[in-house]
Amino acid sequence: MLSIKNLNVGIAEKQILKDFNLEIKPGEIHAIMGPNGTGKSTLASTLAGKEDYEVLSGEVTFNGKNLLEMSADERAREGVFLAFQYPVEIPGVSTTNFMKAAVNAKRKHQGLEPMDAKDFLKLMREKMALVEMNKEFTSRSVNEGFSGGEKKRNEIFQMAMLEPTLCLLDETDSGLDIDALRIVANGVNKLRDDKRSFLVITHYQRLLNYIVPDYVHVMYGGKIVKSGGKELALKLEEQGYDWIKEENSELV
Amino acid sequence: MAENDKIIDEVVANDYKYGFTTNIEQEFAAVGLSEDTVRFISAKKEEPEWMLEWRLKAYKAWLKMEQPKWQNVHFPEIDFQSIIYYAAQKKKKVINSLDDVDPEIRNTYDKLGIPIQEQKLLAGVAVDYVMDSESVITTFRESLKEKGIIFCSISEAIRVQPELVKKYLGSVVPQRDNYYAALNSAVFSDGSFVYIPKGVRCPMELSTYFRINAENTGQFERTLIIADEGSYVSYLEGCTAPMRDENQLHAAVVELVTHDNAEIKYSTVQNWYPGDKEGKGGIYNFVTKRGICQGKNSKISWTQVETGSAITWKYPSCILKGDNSIGEFYSVAVTNNYQQADTGTKMIHIGKNTKSRIVSKGISAGKSQNSYRGQVQVHRTADNAYNSSQCDSLLIGDKCGAHTFPYLEIKNSTGKVEHEATTSKIGEDLLFYCNQRGLTNEEAVSMIINGYCKEVFKQLPMEFMVEAQKLLSISLEGSVG
Ligand SMILES: Nc1ncnc2c1ncn2[C@@H]1O[C@H](COP(=O)(O)OP(=O)(O)O)[C@@H](O)[C@H]1O
Ligand SMILES: [Mg+2]
Repeated sequence: MLSIKNLNVGIAEKQILKDFNLEIKPGEIHAIMGPNGTGKSTLASTLAGKEDYEVLSGEVTFNGKNLLEMSADERAREGVFLAFQYPVEIPGVSTTNFMKAAVNAKRKHQGLEPMDAKDFLKLMREKMALVEMNKEFTSRSVNEGFSGGEKKRNEIFQMAMLEPTLCLLDETDSGLDIDALRIVANGVNKLRDDKRSFLVITHYQRLLNYIVPDYVHVMYGGKIVKSGGKELALKLEEQGYDWIKEENSELV
Repeated sequence: MAENDKIIDEVVANDYKYGFTTNIEQEFAAVGLSEDTVRFISAKKEEPEWMLEWRLKAYKAWLKMEQPKWQNVHFPEIDFQSIIYYAAQKKKKVINSLDDVDPEIRNTYDKLGIPIQEQKLLAGVAVDYVMDSESVITTFRESLKEKGIIFCSISEAIRVQPELVKKYLGSVVPQRDNYYAALNSAVFSDGSFVYIPKGVRCPMELSTYFRINAENTGQFERTLIIADEGSYVSYLEGCTAPMRDENQLHAAVVELVTHDNAEIKYSTVQNWYPGDKEGKGGIYNFVTKRGICQGKNSKISWTQVETGSAITWKYPSCILKGDNSIGEFYSVAVTNNYQQADTGTKMIHIGKNTKSRIVSKGISAGKSQNSYRGQVQVHRTADNAYNSSQCDSLLIGDKCGAHTFPYLEIKNSTGKVEHEATTSKIGEDLLFYCNQRGLTNEEAVSMIINGYCKEVFKQLPMEFMVEAQKLLSISLEGSVG
């Protein structure tokens, strides 16, 4: 469903992703770990279509379509969802109204009528329950005055609402206490099915106790330098990244 | 440079949608301003002697005054001798039915998207349409008359209701109040007059569509609304103007008076030609709007949605004289491209237990400058006065500016004054976040703006609210992406 081939990406004249390759099949969960500044967020943002990132070369195919040709909003309507590392506040727009606009934009793209108000509220309630989100959050402006954990939960709530096929989670676990972590992970697990794929970027093995990945990749110097099963994450937890850095000193 | 930056840079490919000219024969005053011009206008309007005297007094005051310079706006010196001060339609006829309306004007209505027939029937709005200086049509006169409500052009009121006009004209905005008010007092061409008698609740929204139509013709509208004891009226003012290359001066004066227990709600949606993308042309809108809550428990509420004009200079104000009276100001001011706006309000607390509320939402895009200027005065006599001010600025892109100038003058400290101000920005990150949820830049901006202005929009009557939302989207079209 997602195929990344020899992707090279730069920002502000500096190359970040270098000949990056990754294949994700429907229903798979891939975890990406790696030291700070190695290009994990760059990968997620590039896939989501942030224009600051310049694709120098390479191919990205998503459900048979050339992803790189689409604008960010098109990609979203096609089913790419990014749970942001730093979610943005939207002044004056309630989460309800934001989601109404987003859900209907997607429906329009699929040639469907806007969702009727009753169905929409029902959907909201259902998905709020999924991340144990309090009703009052939906009437407040998006992310405004939310704690770090609440913002992350709101990301997963939005993901549930939009039912994407490719979910990119950029350090969704950072800044979460153990309860919030469990809630977020539960939300993700409930959204797992054989068609929906996940790319989970994280620093910590502990998230992967809850969201059990099919593959773990280690990223360093703008590319994947090691891939394995979930046991790779445990090794990283125990030994840190030094051995990775040593093995790949030529990359930096 | 980042792509989104570039996008924000490509400011506004949005051409002024209402830029067209109605072709009707005009009758002009000679170019320039002198005592003779004032006499010509007065004679044209067949005014009584006292009115001419009033105008001449204002003219003489104006000669001694100087253009104010304190606003945060910049424009070339206005040559007051190059303006035509009077233009009226040549063929004057009495209109009883809409069928008698000049087809050109009907056509204009259509382009503006105001089906008057439908408005009449559906919305119950009496439309007093001011084409240039002359009122061309007044509907619903009869049903208003039954209630004793007077809704007519100010020219007609001068002839038919001289006592009311003599009593109230200039009572809230004196002739020498400021430079442009003095000018207006000397040369005002037309405008609306409303009188709501004691205890009457006006059964419909009163509405006037203004439109500047003749090239090089300054518009000097004069509006006077009086709500007698225990009465209520909601008045709507809306306007659009055709595209023009030369700057046009508009200096209107609006005066409101409420007696005991009366209420006036005055709403404006203003969309005059703001000038082109390079900042050329556009209307100069220098307006003096002021209301006095003369009576106890009375209320004046100003709501404005300002999207047009090259330069706006406007401070709808309330003098809260009656005890327990209430003043409100709800404003959305949008500037784009090279527009400049310096707008706000004055709340002057004189009576006891007077209350005022200010909600100002400024939106700046392009290279525009948007200033809020608000003054709250609490006089010695104003025990327990209360004011709350909320001034928010929203910036779209990073080439525009927002400025807030709140002034407080508190001479009685038994009351309470609260001020809150915020600045937010629609930047790249916010747009990308919205894009990532499937929204285009246009959809995102429109959603954010509507959320941001909600508090002001909900003050507007329903049909006006829709119009205001449309205008906002139109005027910000292309400000991103
Ligand atoms: N907007 C930007 N301008 C310049 N450099 C950037 C920008 N964003 C990211 N970078 C650089 O790109 C590299 C990769 O960053 P990022 O993808 O955020 O890493 P990670 O998510 O793995 O911590 C870092 O060196 C970072 O400083
Ligand atoms: Mg990161």
